[in-house]
Amino acid sequence: MATTDLAVHGATGDSAGNRIVNDFSLQVATVNGSGSQSANTVLLRTIFQMGVPVSGKNLFPSNIAGLPTWYTIRANKNGYVARKKEVDFLVAMNPETAVEDVKVLAPGAAVLYDEPLKLNALRTDLTFYPVPFDKITATVCPEAKLRKLVKNMVYTGVVAYLLGMEMAETEKAIRRQFGKKQKAADLNVNAANAGYDYAVANLEKLDPFWVERMDETRGKIIIDGNSAAALGCMFAGVTVVTWYPITPSSSLVESLIDYMKKYRIGPDGKATFAIVQAEDELAAVGMVLGSAWAGARSMTATAGPGISLMSEFTGLGYYAEVPAVIWDVQRVGPSTGLPTRTAQGDVLSTAFLSHGDTKHVLLFPASPEECFTMAQDAFNLAEHAQTPVFILSDLDLGMNNWMADEFPYPTTPIKRGKVLSKEDLDKLGGFARYKDVDGDGIGYRTIPGNTHPMASYFTRGSGHNEKAQYSERPDDYRNNMDRLTRKFEQLRKSVPKPQMVRDGSSKVGIIGYGTSHWATGESQDQLRKEYRTETDYLRVKAYPFTAEVQDFIARHERIYVIDQNRDAQMFQLLKLDLPADQIGKLRSVRHYDGLPIDARSITDDIRAQEGK
Amino acid sequence: MAAPPATATPSPKTNHIGLTVVEYKGGKTTLCAGCGHNAISERIIDAMFEMGIDPTRVAKLSGIGCSSKSPAYFMSRSPSFNSVHGRMPSIATGTLLANQTLLAIGVSGDGDTASIGVGQFVHLMRRNIPMIYIIEDNGVYGLTKGQFSATADLGSKLKTGVINDLPPIDTCALAIQLGATFVGRSFSGDKKQLLNMLKAAIAHKGTVMLDVISPCVTFNDHDGSTKSYKFTKDHEEPLHDITFVPSFEEIDVEYAEGETVDVTMHDGSRLRLRKLEEDYDPTNRIEAIRRVNQAQEDGEILTGVFYVNTKAPTFTDLLNLTDEPLATLPEERVRPSREVLKECMERLK
Repeated sequence: MATTDLAVHGATGDSAGNRIVNDFSLQVATVNGSGSQSANTVLLRTIFQMGVPVSGKNLFPSNIAGLPTWYTIRANKNGYVARKKEVDFLVAMNPETAVEDVKVLAPGAAVLYDEPLKLNALRTDLTFYPVPFDKITATVCPEAKLRKLVKNMVYTGVVAYLLGMEMAETEKAIRRQFGKKQKAADLNVNAANAGYDYAVANLEKLDPFWVERMDETRGKIIIDGNSAAALGCMFAGVTVVTWYPITPSSSLVESLIDYMKKYRIGPDGKATFAIVQAEDELAAVGMVLGSAWAGARSMTATAGPGISLMSEFTGLGYYAEVPAVIWDVQRVGPSTGLPTRTAQGDVLSTAFLSHGDTKHVLLFPASPEECFTMAQDAFNLAEHAQTPVFILSDLDLGMNNWMADEFPYPTTPIKRGKVLSKEDLDKLGGFARYKDVDGDGIGYRTIPGNTHPMASYFTRGSGHNEKAQYSERPDDYRNNMDRLTRKFEQLRKSVPKPQMVRDGSSKVGIIGYGTSHWATGESQDQLRKEYRTETDYLRVKAYPFTAEVQDFIARHERIYVIDQNRDAQMFQLLKLDLPADQIGKLRSVRHYDGLPIDARSITDDIRAQEGK
Repeated sequence: MAAPPATATPSPKTNHIGLTVVEYKGGKTTLCAGCGHNAISERIIDAMFEMGIDPTRVAKLSGIGCSSKSPAYFMSRSPSFNSVHGRMPSIATGTLLANQTLLAIGVSGDGDTASIGVGQFVHLMRRNIPMIYIIEDNGVYGLTKGQFSATADLGSKLKTGVINDLPPIDTCALAIQLGATFVGRSFSGDKKQLLNMLKAAIAHKGTVMLDVISPCVTFNDHDGSTKSYKFTKDHEEPLHDITFVPSFEEIDVEYAEGETVDVTMHDGSRLRLRKLEEDYDPTNRIEAIRRVNQAQEDGEILTGVFYVNTKAPTFTDLLNLTDEPLATLPEERVRPSREVLKECMERLK
């Protein structure tokens, strides 16, 4: 029956011939709010538990329920975890998008679909597997109202059979997913098994894609960047968190709330933290500045629209020199943009956020591990330099599941920067808040509540001299601004150094940052294998740029700067920093369609610019 | 008040923590001579001195405008944060999250509060943040030379002849409605009333919102203004006579029963309101809102403590904060152990 529905299968699609093992991307097209997230997580974890490197990317609408959503799982034996441009195996569960989803597939792809959709009539160069999901679901789920949710778990069983996944691992993943909800777990295990049994009895494997057990995920964890960031902030000793909900940053704070409630209530039953949902982003960042001024380790998390609203206060933080940690989980702008899609579009706006001459420290995490470690870096930097520090994550990193190594326990102590105690003031007799005592542009501050009679100073966003007194004098203004520049320049030595991913003798260099990293590494391999083009690659982790960045540029003839935005924002930021004779070396590779960047796009772009 | 020590040569009067009033002074004011704001600064100094507040335990907070400059002119020993326009409430909230043991005093203006800052004002009141919030209310923008703010009365006239044709926002009615727990209105020219209100404000635990009519001598003190010295003096209607008896003093004057309403503050001090109006109960929220609105309707400037609630939990109470300020918690209390990280990692495998 099922096999009779099959159209001509793809060129590589015979089970005896080319087996493509642990190298495919599987896309599940469903409707959001249908419980498909659980089923997709089960698929992801099954592959992970089989020791195969895997990543999962959720492409979802800005909507509560009822609109199309796609979840893409990539399994790759080489450890490539970036989005793969092509979909190899489609699970088409959504009638709304099924036709379009099938039309865009490359020849040779496989389609598992809900039988009534009759997708097999659309193409002759794909492998089709029709499955009567409703019928199978009805047999395992007597309760009609639950069927919509259980239906999705059926496809995990079918996929497990077709891709050769171990059902024992699928069951383990389901039971993990439902935790203590025994009845729900049983129901879903039965659904997956029913799908598997149906497939055994009715489907003939005709596509080339297989999962085979490896040993590449031992000791690894699966986590999204926002949860990793939350853990990082907790271990960084954050004490005040103020926020306003906004996609894609909300889950960062929500995850932090869960962790803090569990691990940061003292033996007295009281909280060693305050987390406040503010009325808007202006108030959120205002509370961060107020609390940091009064001595807390404070942070907020937001996305582009929130960054725009935080502009004025950020300028105050810069000029009055108040620490702040601001997570920007970037989404697609301008304006509301595409709230549930990813971009690196806030690089320039955060670097110079607010009016007048302002510059801010930016950190660019590329992985959950770095969300964890850079959280700690950010707090220490913010308090060391007494200035706002932005961590530019993005939706792809923040909201998607990534494999990661276990996070290392912090090795750096919590550093509060130059804070004078009452005892210090007893010895000194007094202090000038903005005096550059140490030559690094960073003055000494006191924390309100310091009982020394000379401890107070007047913090203001208006012009001031080094004693923090109001001043409109030209020399006071210039001296202060020059000291702020000195401080910023000094920070080149304090921010995280870039990762030299490959430093060979190639004439061609690549500079990337953040989540572009994963596609960039894969693209380097493609360029080498397909075009014999060797590239060196430096991944930037912070702004202001460290000396290594200029050095890397100086040592290469051509530098491709990878950006996930239209305006080549990192490319532009580098241009501002470089000597005039180096600027001409820079070339730009840009990706900006809302989807995470993929290796093929980078490869094609560089190849074209290289004239190959 | 504790009697000063008897000595042969007169020494400066000290308060009960041993400080003289000089130690509560600020920098020299740069506001206009006769500005109501200066009188308010003086009353703040007197109230803090008389209450024996350690100036290093006070945090002064402000936004932008003439009013917001004034923290520079009182209590130089207290740390101060002059922030951005209309956003002092979030700075104040943050300050108290970091250190709930500070006595926070925010100074704002009518534009800073009721125009640009009304969003943050509303949420500060709603949260019952434990602080004193003073509006130095003159109905105009001084630093930009005399435009109307949102507390300007309907029909009030600018020097330029422009008539305000929008109704005012009554910050007191708004504050009571929203959840502030000590709300009053006073007049910068009424020394005694303002001083006593400020002393009670210091003793209160929760949001104190005081709208103080503070005439702008340069831009809004003419005929046709409803925020001028003359107009305010002519139309002020005190709701009661206010005395405040700090916890460290004995009550020395007794009134006949029914003549006064006493409110015991959380530190044991007492706010004594001698009734000028029959049956006004400052703990009745609904009635307070009605009476304030009535005054607005009648064109009278009603002053006094309109509403007090000494029972409501403050925002920092609700957060269940540990006793030691978050600002000074040591590393071992804010960085969980190796075992905690291990446990978190195991759950993610």
